Amino acid sequence: MTTLRVVWTGLVVHFKITSRSPFAIGVGATWPIVNATLAYFMYRAGGTPQTLLYASLGSAVAGIFSMIAIDASGAIQRQRFWGTLELLIAAPVRFALVLLPMTIAVASVGIYCLATTLVWGRLVYGIPLPLEHPLAFVLAVPATLISVGVLGFALCMVLVRFRWAGQIGNSLEYPVWIVSGLLFPIAVLPAWSHPISWALATTWGMQALLHGALGGPVWRDLGMCALLSLVYGVIGFSIVDRFLDAARRSASLSLT
Amino acid sequence: MTAGNNTRIFFVGGVIAYRALFNWLNPWIFVPTLIVTPIFQLLFFAFLGRAAGLENDRFYVIGNALQVGALPGLFAMTFAIAGERWFQTLSPVLATPANRAAIFLGRALPVIANAAFVCVVTFVAGALILHVHIAASAFPALAVVIAVTSISCTGFGFICGPLGLRWRDAIIAVNLLDAVLLIFCGVNIPIASLPAWMQAASEYLPITHGLRAARRVADGAALSDVRGLLAAELAIGLAYGALGFLWLRHLEVVARRGATLENT
Repeated sequence: MTTLRVVWTGLVVHFKITSRSPFAIGVGATWPIVNATLAYFMYRAGGTPQTLLYASLGSAVAGIFSMIAIDASGAIQRQRFWGTLELLIAAPVRFALVLLPMTIAVASVGIYCLATTLVWGRLVYGIPLPLEHPLAFVLAVPATLISVGVLGFALCMVLVRFRWAGQIGNSLEYPVWIVSGLLFPIAVLPAWSHPISWALATTWGMQALLHGALGGPVWRDLGMCALLSLVYGVIGFSIVDRFLDAARRSASLSLT
Repeated sequence: MTAGNNTRIFFVGGVIAYRALFNWLNPWIFVPTLIVTPIFQLLFFAFLGRAAGLENDRFYVIGNALQVGALPGLFAMTFAIAGERWFQTLSPVLATPANRAAIFLGRALPVIANAAFVCVVTFVAGALILHVHIAASAFPALAVVIAVTSISCTGFGFICGPLGLRWRDAIIAVNLLDAVLLIFCGVNIPIASLPAWMQAASEYLPITHGLRAARRVADGAALSDVRGLLAAELAIGLAYGALGFLWLRHLEVVARRGATLENT
């Protein structure tokens, strides 16, 4: 019960904090529109306008990952900067349970990306949202947000040793957009990159949203989102304890 | 103030201010932000272009390699001017009797070099990865085009500095300006396929003319064939630079009058 309360409270608090960040909302909600606009023009000029919904959903998922790349990868460094890291670690709650809702909340703010991109596509380009499997589509939204959020948690822990984790995470934006096939199918990529695509929640989240809207094996995609969330969670939890042990041993917790 | 002093402030002061205020110079930030991201931006749009069946890889290599020059142009100029406020050194700087043009225009020189460097690295990396061949005879002319476009992008970035002095979250506007260049200037979308109003707007933005010149040079045109385009590119960049400088001077006067210099 305590665990659930910690996770839920953390989720709500950090969702509010991120929602009030002019940078997160200003940049996070506008870049998906920019990407969608670029993709619309490119697909339309290239004579393949049937892919416009694909571009719309892909831009939204790209926006969700951008929130993670920009905000979540440097979550620990930000707590250091605010001077709250020691307090969070000293709290009688496992630190991973404090960090996990932080990154899921950041990804959840990506709901604005999804909304703005779909509304933009509908109003400006007249792109309909068919919803072949409405229930699956509705489930695909939180599945994508949570799995990308947990990916952010793992990313945050992998980059924990880097002082400039935020910038390194930021530079992962385009590579992840590319290998996840967010604005174009992964079939155009070299075959060696496909296993990387399959290991990313963004790939399956995108597929789940697309199949929910247009029809397809959506339950497989949702299952992969759940499985990858578990894997990322295990990676994150196993690193967080090592990081804390090392930081306590060397008294380097607050060093920036 | 002598001409010698102004020259020293322009060159030495510009470099010192740039090194102090542009905090992306740290290799841990510079490499991910100004090397890795531009290269992957180029690859992303090249793959998107392939999927859309729109243009060949050369179109995207040239387009994105020139557009990424706007990254240092916009962001570094914002940091190099508005950074004075964030570090609370704006008052001492403006209290000096130094020539304002020497102080602020000097900061643009390192930014231009930085922008050109980013363009060249992205261009070479993109061409190598995507196997885009460009005749070696075109390289000197392309170098001139890159230099001119870097100047115009930095000039455009000059309007971001005052923006940063005026608005706490100017970085949002800087991001939007970067997006405008990406959409309007023919970087990834042929300008002819944009709506008429966007085509008209693109004529008044940096990169558009430089990009036309670069593509023509890569197709074998001589530098003399594109001098009109380069002149237009340079004029647009200088016009934005002048506008930014005048705005900066206006803000200084207003801030002195209202005692609002350090208001954040």
